[in-house]
Parts: sequence; structure tokens; C-alpha cells
Amino acid sequence: MTKKLTTLALGVMLAAGPAMADLVFPSLSYRTGPYAAGGIQFADGYADYLTLLNERDGGIGGEKIRMPECETAYNTEKGVECYESTKGEGALVYQPLSTGIAYQLIPKMNVDKIPMLTSGLGRTSSKNGDVFPYVFNFPANYWDGASVIVKHILDQEGGDLNGKKIALVHHNSAYGKEPIRTLEALSEKHGFDLTTIPVDHPGQEQKSQWLQVRRERPDYVILYGWGVMTPVAVQEAANIRFPMDKMIGIWWSGSENDVLSAGAAADGYKAVAFHNVGSDFPIYDDLKEYVYDAGKAAGNGDQHGTTIYSRGLYAAMLVAEAARTAQEMHDTKAINAQQMRDGMEALEITEERMTELGMPKFGPEFKVTCRNHGGEGYAAVTQWDAKAKQWTLITDFIQSDQDIVQPLIEEDSAAYAAENNIPSHCD
Amino acid sequence: MPDQVLFAMEVTLNGLMAGVLYALVALGFVLIFKASGIFNFAQGVMALFAAMTLVGIMEGQVPFSHLINATFGTDIHHFGWQVPALLAIVLTTGVMVVLAWCVQRFVMGHLVNQEPIILFMATIGLAYFLEGVSDLMWGSEIRTLDVGLPQGINETIDAFTYDLFGYGFFIDNLDIVASVIAALLVAGLVVFAQYTKQGRAMRAVADDHQAALSVGISLNFIWVLVWSIAGFVALVAGIMWGTKSGVQFSLSLIALKALPVLMLGGFTSIPGAIVGGLIIGVGEKLFEFLLGGLMGGATENWFAYVLALLFLLVRPQGLFGEKIIERV
Repeated sequence: MTKKLTTLALGVMLAAGPAMADLVFPSLSYRTGPYAAGGIQFADGYADYLTLLNERDGGIGGEKIRMPECETAYNTEKGVECYESTKGEGALVYQPLSTGIAYQLIPKMNVDKIPMLTSGLGRTSSKNGDVFPYVFNFPANYWDGASVIVKHILDQEGGDLNGKKIALVHHNSAYGKEPIRTLEALSEKHGFDLTTIPVDHPGQEQKSQWLQVRRERPDYVILYGWGVMTPVAVQEAANIRFPMDKMIGIWWSGSENDVLSAGAAADGYKAVAFHNVGSDFPIYDDLKEYVYDAGKAAGNGDQHGTTIYSRGLYAAMLVAEAARTAQEMHDTKAINAQQMRDGMEALEITEERMTELGMPKFGPEFKVTCRNHGGEGYAAVTQWDAKAKQWTLITDFIQSDQDIVQPLIEEDSAAYAAENNIPSHCD
Repeated sequence: MPDQVLFAMEVTLNGLMAGVLYALVALGFVLIFKASGIFNFAQGVMALFAAMTLVGIMEGQVPFSHLINATFGTDIHHFGWQVPALLAIVLTTGVMVVLAWCVQRFVMGHLVNQEPIILFMATIGLAYFLEGVSDLMWGSEIRTLDVGLPQGINETIDAFTYDLFGYGFFIDNLDIVASVIAALLVAGLVVFAQYTKQGRAMRAVADDHQAALSVGISLNFIWVLVWSIAGFVALVAGIMWGTKSGVQFSLSLIALKALPVLMLGGFTSIPGAIVGGLIIGVGEKLFEFLLGGLMGGATENWFAYVLALLFLLVRPQGLFGEKIIERV
């Protein structure tokens, strides 16, 4: 009897347990809650790319991909719970679309030896792979974003910002405050006056902030918003007749969700992006054939081509390429998380490779190294066309001011290493 | 006149307008609390649900279409027609009445004579339920709400104040419309409560449930009526806030703006909600203008609560609340 029960229990465990040979890419998504509009788009893009690889190529290197999805509702505690509940399934890499969750997971990654990719979010100084061996934030981070925005403004002003006024309207959170140090350093370098104007969560009411903008008459407004804060900011800026082409958002303030509710008033609003936008890429032909038309699209299948959907596609492409690199490095198809980390650290994205993948000029070229987990800090400027209801890239990918950004990263990561007694990973 | 004085005047005017919008949300809380002693945690979500329903009806969207498609393998999303804003508002009001009936029939009706904390907990459950139903019924996307309300700077006030002071004041047209609608809403509620049979019955229930029952007033009917009116107020608040930011989940968080208003104005007074809203609106905006810079900015959220607490030190029942004396 005992033998029968043991056999039965073993059978149930084998049937219910994960197929360990799969490449597991957990998706900590948020399809509910105040930030669901962006969360759904990212999760759909991420899932659709991985589905395409499974359906068209049989996975990566012939190894099937599995993507357990866990709902975080953009809540940090739930995000950590999701991580804990999925890491045992053979998780190869995490991409929490939340700076709060990313901060909580950073110390866990070192212990569990699972890599995390926080493209355009999270702790900026985790670019320093010498201190953060399991955290990556290529191709760009918040400070790169701030610097690229200032470079674009410099370009608009003929290279001289002396005496100009720039206001940073930001979410009053760790995320929103991230660019302040960079902008202060840039303000010293270029001679512009910087005013910081915080907006409390969720940002539904911003009258005071925009009356201040109206009084102080800055030449440019940089916007670091997320969720409802951005559409309200765009509407309020339009209300006070602030010129839209002089208002530039970070990539989390540059999606369709942020501008559609303002209608024609949002025309000309700009935002930086670390990837291309729209659906005019060859990969969409494959997505249509193998995913959409096959009824395998994630979610409702109605987000294709939106900015944050594109970000999800791009994020999935980056980890898939890292997995492919890891397979080649370790000469095995069934890689583990540590091998995945090695693949991420040796990742090189070239224009040639992106073209092969059906994503020509979809993102900047970059190369990851042991000390540089963040790429070269390239981002482009996009602009909203309210009539056509679409974002368009209006510049090439521009590199951030590394003379300003890199020392700040060194300083911040060194402080973190000293505080947490972290030995050098690269030496 | 010095610039700072002009700016302070502009901030005060905008604070008054913002206060009206806060009062609109607080009004829904007051109506239900006054009539049934229930602090309706779901009032903010009701505003979200009402606004999403309004947009859904206007766009001719099939409710629960994603669920239907996933279950039956169909591909239906829209009926193929657009509904004019006014008719959609009427239809949405109807939906809110049905919701009120459901709340009374399936939730509150079963909890008569329970402790207030149990009724409060039930409304927390109702809030989560409505959040889920809103998503399931209409989807999670951000929707544009355009019922034809004007937005942007009021040119007349701008020009008038510029001629007067050499500085044009910014007042948003939407805020002006919201103020007029709020005034009409309050006037309508006062007339309804004072001069109609149902309104008088509502006041009787608010004063004393048992006495009202003893003279033949149906508690069930009155509570459905009150929840319906609160639903309509939520719809108005949803339209005003939804026009500013688009209709999205965050609309449910506007309830946070109403809490200090209620603490200050009292939970049982309609004029209290209005006056409380105005005091909070002006107070938080002026504080941000005068001292926000010294404190790193973004003071409005917490200052509203500090202001309400200061008032509570002097009048624990709020400005217009009823003083409750319980004798042993």
C-alpha cells in the first residue's frame, strides 16, 4: 500500500512539475490595477515574441520556451511573491516592469544566481556589472534618458543652453527622482537653470504644478511620469498653452496611453525611446502568420504596434538573443540561469543581427561586457502625430553624455558596494 | 499689485475650482452615510464604473465582449453604432440604478442591523468586485471621454484680469463647467430632499430608521434610491475627472481626495461637503504655492489631511457634522 501511494505521489509530482528542459522566461506582468494599460501592452509584446519563436523555430536552438505569467498589479510585494513562486521552475531571467520590484529583487538575484534585465528602469547604477553581476539594464537607463533629452534640447537651441530654463515635472517617487542628479550635473555643464516640480502619486490633480510652470515660463519641460500622471500633465500643459514640441518625456511617458485622451492638443509632444516604434517591420509578417492568425496572440490581441507592445517585443528579443549566446558559449541547449547570465554578459546586438530577426533599426547596436551591463546609452526622440495617431522617430539614436553619466554610475555603485560589502566581480 | 499677490489670487481661484471637484466626489459618500450610516468605500470605484460604462455605451462596445469571445470563440467587439452623449448619460444612469438595486438586494439587504464596521467591510468587497467587473465588462484600456465639455484656458477671464492687473489669470473652462454642474446638483438635491415625497422619506430614514419604518416608509426602497443618487453623483464626478485624464483605473483613486473633505465637512452634511471641498482645495493650493518650495513640493496630498486634522481638533464632528452624544 505504501509503495502504491509513493508511486502515485511520484507520478502526480512528475505530471504536475515543470518540464525542466524548457527555457523558462517568467513574466511578472500587470494586467490589472492603475498601471494596467501599459502593463498589458508590454506583457502581450513579450509573450507574442516568445510564442513566435516557439511556433516558427521550435523555441531557441530547438529548445522550447515556457513563459509562466504572474500578476503583480504593479505592487512590489506581489512582485516579490511572483518571483518567489516562479524562480523554482528553472527561471532563466526576470524582467519586472517596475522599478520598485526591481529594487527588491536586486539582492535576491545575487543569492539565487538568476539574472534580471531592467531595460530603461530600475537602479541606474546597476549598469556597473562589477558590483551588480546579476543585474543588466541595457540598452539605456534613466540617466541616459535625461542626458539624451538635454542633448536634443541642445540641438534645438543651436548648441547653447546658457540662461535657458528647463523644468523637470516628475513623479514624486524613486523613479521620478532618478534623473535629478544627472540634470543638475548637466545644468552646471551647459549653464541652464533647472527647476524640479514633483507630482504626488497618482497624479490625477496637477493644477498647482502647471500654474507654477505657467508662472516660471521654462523654455522646456522634461516629464518623468507614469500611469495617469502623464496624460493629465499633457492635458494641463495644453491648457496653459505650453508648446508641445518643447515638452519631452522619458520613455515611460511616451506611449499612446499618454496622449490619446488629450486629443489634438497633444500634437507635437515628444518622448525619448530606446527602441523603434510602430509595426512597419518584417517581423510583423511572421507574427501575423505564426501568432496572430493562428489565434495564439497574447491578451486580447489588440495592442500590436503600440509603443509599449514594441518594448515588450524588444525586451523578449534581447533575452532570446542572450539565451542563444549562452547556448553557443556553453555548448548546450538546456541552459541554466547562471549560463543565461553569462550569455547576457556576452551579448552583442548588431544591426546585421536585428535585420536577420526582421527588426532592422529597431534598437541601437550595443555590446555588453563584464563591467558594462548597460550598453552605450543610446536613445532616440519620438514625436506624437495626433492626426495620424502615431509616434514617429524623429532623430537617430543619440548617445548620452557619458562624461556626465558614467562618473555618476561609478560613484553610486561604489557606494552600494561599500555599503553591502560586495566584492569585485570582474577582477 | 505685486506679482506674488496676483499669483496667490490665481492660486486661490484655482483652489476653489479644484475644491468643487473634490466636493463632487465627497457628495456621494455623504448621501449614503447620511441615509444608511454606511461609509461607502466603493464610491471612487463607482465613479470609475460609471465613467467606463458611459464610454462603453457611447462607443457602442459590447459589454463582456472579451469574455464572450474567449468562451465562445467569437470575434465581436462593437455593435457598430455610436450613442450621443446625452442619451448615453441617461442609459448609464439607468445602469447605476440597476447597480444600486443589486447592491441593496444582494449585499446590503442581508446586512441590516449589522455593526457599521461590517457594512464598511462589505463596501470594501464591493469596491474590489466592481473593479473586476469594470475590467471584465469594458476592458482595461485608457479611454477618451468626450461629452462635449470645453477645456483649456478661459479667454474672457484671461483678458479681463490682464486688463485689470496686467496679468491674465488661468482658469480652466472645465473647472468652471464643473462648478456650475456641482451647484445645480446640490440645488437639485436640496429641492428633492425638501419638496418631494421620496426626498422627505429619505430625510426621515436618515433621522431615524425605526421611526421611519413605523410610519410605513420602505427602507429597501429608500436605500435603493440613495444608492442610485450616489451612483448618479459618481457618474457626474467620473465625467468631470475622466474628461481631464481619460477614463482609466486611477479614476477610482479620486476617493482619496474626498476623505479629507469629509473629515473636515462632516459625514452627514451636503453643505459640509461643498464647504469642506472648497476649504481643502484653497488650503492645499495656497500651502503648495507659499511653502511647497521650502518642503520639496508635492505637499497637497498630505497637507489636505493635516488641514482636516487641525479642524478636527476644534470640531471633532467636522464643520457641519452632527454632534453625537451617547448617554449611558
